This record gives sequence, structure tokens and C-alpha cells, in this order.
Amino acid sequence: MTEPTAVPPADMETKKEGRTRLPSLLSGPAGRNVGLVLALALICVVGVITGGERFASIDNLMVVLRLASVIGVLAIGMTFVITSGGIDLSVGSVMGLTTVWATTWATQAMADDLHWVVMVFTAMAVGTVAGLVNGAIIAYGRVVPFITTLAMLASARGLAEMISNRQTQRVQSDAFIEFFRLEPLGVPILVWIFAAVSVAGWFLLNRTTFGRRTVAIGGNAEASRLAGIKVQRHTLYIYGLAGLTAGIAGAMMLGRTTAGTSTHGMLWELEAIAAVVVGGTLLIGGRGTIVGTVVGVLIFTVLTNVFTINNMSTSAQLVAKGAIIVAAVLLQQRFANRSKST
Amino acid sequence: MSARKNLRRMLGIPAALAASALLVAGCVSNEPPEEENDSVSQDDGSGGTANDEPGETVTIGFSAPAADHGWMGAITQAALDTAEQYEDVELRQAEATNDVNMQISHIEQFINDGVDAIVLLPFDGDALTEVALDAMEAGIPVINVDRELSSPFASRATILGDNYGMGVSAGTYICEQLGDQPDAVVAEIQGIANLPLTQDRSQGFADALSDCGLEVSTQVAADFTIQGGETATSNLLQAEPEIDAIWNHDDDQGVGVLAAIENAGRDEFFMVGGAGSLDVMEHIQAGDSVLQATVVYPSTQAADGIKLARLVAQDKSMSDLVSAGVPRTIQLHAPVVTADNVDQYMDLGFRS
Repeated sequence: MTEPTAVPPADMETKKEGRTRLPSLLSGPAGRNVGLVLALALICVVGVITGGERFASIDNLMVVLRLASVIGVLAIGMTFVITSGGIDLSVGSVMGLTTVWATTWATQAMADDLHWVVMVFTAMAVGTVAGLVNGAIIAYGRVVPFITTLAMLASARGLAEMISNRQTQRVQSDAFIEFFRLEPLGVPILVWIFAAVSVAGWFLLNRTTFGRRTVAIGGNAEASRLAGIKVQRHTLYIYGLAGLTAGIAGAMMLGRTTAGTSTHGMLWELEAIAAVVVGGTLLIGGRGTIVGTVVGVLIFTVLTNVFTINNMSTSAQLVAKGAIIVAAVLLQQRFANRSKST
Repeated sequence: MSARKNLRRMLGIPAALAASALLVAGCVSNEPPEEENDSVSQDDGSGGTANDEPGETVTIGFSAPAADHGWMGAITQAALDTAEQYEDVELRQAEATNDVNMQISHIEQFINDGVDAIVLLPFDGDALTEVALDAMEAGIPVINVDRELSSPFASRATILGDNYGMGVSAGTYICEQLGDQPDAVVAEIQGIANLPLTQDRSQGFADALSDCGLEVSTQVAADFTIQGGETATSNLLQAEPEIDAIWNHDDDQGVGVLAAIENAGRDEFFMVGGAGSLDVMEHIQAGDSVLQATVVYPSTQAADGIKLARLVAQDKSMSDLVSAGVPRTIQLHAPVVTADNVDQYMDLGFRS
């Protein structure tokens, strides 16, 4: 459960020793995750009380996890971007683009000749390239991430519409569809992929130089440059990574819907950002947590599930979502202020 | 409002009792039960056909795209109102969403819950087909509304508006008005161009126009929103200095379309709407705008879906058909509403 922080954690703990024990525990990295898990548990308790067996069943758990998995993979990539102090508004439309590109007549014909995996690789490659374009413009063109990825949001969606001629493209390969219907050990393949991406993301962020550099750049890009990190090249990689996760999510979306269309992933960038921020990754960068992101995604999906089980209105759910995001960001700001003042 | 509902419910009980007495009498007397056909009035569910008598209680799951648009709002409201009329229907309404990932999840939840039938208006028919197949495999009949699923196995029954027919109706009307002007400029304002329904409408429109030697000069898409209608139309009016007729696919975006037309101060053309909102019908009735006609796309389809789902779940047949069982496909009519017949259709108009 350890997580990288720009300021070494030990340092922070000592600074806060003057406070009472409980707040210092809760504001520590583990404490924040505990708080999140408690929030999730609370929603689950509400679900059990109001939904009974309809909520607390293995089948329902799988419904929740399947719903969480595609958006979850996007959120993992987003965690890296936000940890590095950036933002990627394009992941949703890039994902839409990958679903379209992977289901074009040409791609499907090639997949038919070779193997359905061609479609998955196409999605991943298209996503990665789109991400690298973002990264190159941000790192070398020195355009702020918000604008760059906003431009990509528009143009990826437009490109997807051009390629698909604004039509929905069905996946023709039965083997592809069969694969995504597999449920090894009773767990759908989509959930396995989400789990694998999460574990890989956690490892990358917490146990590799790549991860430490990401955190360092988010904490202070100039200091990182002076410390010898090639900030520009690393930024390029980070956005490439976000694009790659968008591609993986695109392939998963194809498996889930058996259709590629330019309308896939509308507004998902916002959902991904919301999950990441609620999970405890700092929007200003310098601190990121994969565990938090996963729990953040689950909070939103379980909430959706509980609302549906209780037959409640969409509008009420949107209000609840908004309230959760504001609450999370308010908590974050307090933390940010504190760490700035120390 | 709720007092009125209660009153209606209270009135409904004796009516239902009387109706079931009638049925019993019918069984005893070997005579076919009398059918009081009351197809016009929507609100009065207690006085329908023999099929409307309470049967075994069924749970119906209902899932539709977000009601972010007058027509879609009316669809959902009509479905809820219809379910409300039946004491033997327990409606589970899934959160309305334009995110197929989430809509799939709602259907999965219905399957887990073991509902008796599902009424599904998919955001994207292709994308929801797999999960509808799952539901059918689980023995839950799916009633597909409006946007068609891509496999015939994915639904027990399908209720469709006539999108192609809408285009034909609009095109034929414009032909009648402009038939003698072969070089007339006809513009078309689509909804979301991606959707198959939009392509069907445009195809029908083009086919009908070509019958009288006209063709669509300009085509823009306005994504079914007022804002989109305003933007697309301002651009269209800029691009075409002289227009003879416009067909706007959708009366909700039509609010924006009219705003743009008024802002530009243009009135050399006439406009035909689509869907049939109350607002547009009022304009047609008053004759105070370029709107001369609209083509109805019934906002009561999902309400029909609820009725069919109930019949399917209760193993009943449709009362006005001789054949057994609920039909596989029902396609609704797309009539043209003009100043001459607008009074007839006012009841079916929806507030956008």
C-alpha cells in the first residue's frame, strides 16, 4: 500500500507529529486509502441494506466489475498523467477512435487472414500513437496539456467519424467475441484484464524508475530536470502510456459491445479523471496512487449499481456523483495546502 | 397531480372488477368477451381491452437512453405512465444513460434479478445486441423499441417507428408543394448522423424527392439538441442564400432551428418538422412561422413496449389480432401533420 510521493513520506510524518494521532494517520498514504475503502464499504452496506440479495450476490459483483473494468483501464493510464502534473482530456475519444480503427473493413480482413489478435494490436497501436502525438506536442511543442489533449479530444472523435463514415461497425470475428466472453475461474475476461493492467500499473508506478520519475516530474519538473531526468522524453512516454491504456480499453469495449463506433467513450475522460482524483491522486501532480484509482472507479460503479437496484433516478445519481467529487477535491486541497506550507 | 392519480386508481378498481366479472361471464356463456376498444385515449388504462385486466404480477425492466431530449423524455414518461396503469406490472427503471457500457450493465443486472421481461431502447442497437442475446438465452423476453438490435434472436418482439417512412412522408409532402419547380433548393437538417435511424430517414427523404425530380441540395447534422440545431441552421442559412424547403428531422432540435431562422430573418421557404412536438403542432396550428407541417414519430413506442412486454410475460395475445401470441415486429405509422389535421394529433404531441 505504499505509494510514491514527491516529498519523502518519512519527512512528512515527522512534520505532522505535533498533531493528534488520528489526523496524522488518516492523512498518511495508507490512511487515505483506508478512508476510501471505508467509503466504498459504506456504499456497499447501503447496497446490502436496500438491495439485500439482489446486491450481495456473486453475479451482481461481476456486473459491477464488468462495468468498472473498461473505464478502470482508462483511469490507470490517467493516473500516470495526472501524477506527472498533466491532464489528458482525449482518452475517451481516443478510445472511440481505436474501436473504429480496429473494426474497419481492412483491419477485420487482415484479422480474418491472420488472427483476431490483429484487432487488439491495432487498437493498442492506434491508441499509443495518439498518445505519443499528445506527448510530443506537450513536451517538445510546449503547449499546455489541457489544450493539447482538448484538441486531440476533438480531432480523434472527428477522425473516428471520418473512418467509420459515422456508422457502427460490427465485429465479424466470432473467435474475438468468444474470447471476450470467456470467464476463467468464473470471472469475466474483462475483469482479468483490468486486474492485470492495475497490477502492472501499480508495479510501474511504485517499483520502477519510470514511476519514480513520473512522481518527481509531477512534484517539480524543473528540479527533476536539474536532477538529470529527461523531462521531455519522459512526458512523451507518459502520454504514450495513457494512449496505450486507451487502446486496451478500446479492445475491451469491442469485446463488450461487439461493435466499434465513434460514439464510444463519450465523456469518459471526465469519468476517468473523477475516479483518479477521488482515488487520491493529486490534480497538481506529485502524488499518485493506483490502489486509490481502482477504489475510486469501484466507488462510482458500485454507486451506479446501488442506485439502479433501488430504482432511483439518473438525476439523483448525477448529484451524488458531483457531491463525491467535490468532497474529494476539498479534502485534497487541504492536503495540498498543508504540504505546501510545510 | 397525485390526488388525481389516486382518484384514477380508485376508479380503476371497480372498473377492473367489472371487467373481470365480464370475463367470467364470458367464459361461462361461451360467448367471446366484449372488447371495448379505446385506442385513442392514453390516460384511461382501466377501460381498455380484456387484456388489460390484472393477471399475474410481472416485473418488467425498462432501459432507455438519457432523457436529455424532449422526445426521449416523452418516451420514458409514457412508458412509466403506462406501467402505472397496471396493478400487475412492477416496473424496474434502469438509470437512463447514453453510455453503452453502462446500459449493458443495467441489462446484466436485470438478468441477475430475473425480471419477467425487458423493454429495451438501446443507445446503439449493435452494441446492445450481445447482452440482449444473453437475456433471451436466460429465458427473459426482450422487447426492443425504436433502435433495432442486430440479431433476430436478440428480441422477442420489436416496435419500431418508421424512420424510412418519415423521410418518405416528408419528401412526398415537399414534392406536393414544390413539384412544379425542378430546380428548387431543398435542405435537410439531420439529427445525429451516425445513427442508422438518421440514415434511414435521409434515404426515405431522398427516394421520395427523386420521385418528383428534386434532390437534397444541402444536408447538415444537428445532433438532436437545441444548441446543435441553432448552430447547424445558422451555418446552413449562411451557405444557402435562397432556399425553398427545409426538412428538419427532429422537433426538439427544431427549437434551435427556428431560433436561427428568426435570427437570420429568413422566411422565403417553408419547413417540415419531425417527431411531432406540441410546440411545433402549435406553430402549425397558428400558422405564425415557416413551419407548415411535421411528420409524426410516435413518442409512445416504449409505452407500447411495456404493454407488449406485459402480454408476453403473461402469455397473452394481442386483442385485435386473430393469430396467437404477440407479433414479432410492429412498425408504427408516420403521418404528416398539417394545419388541416393538426387537431387530431395534438393529444399525441409531446413537450420538448
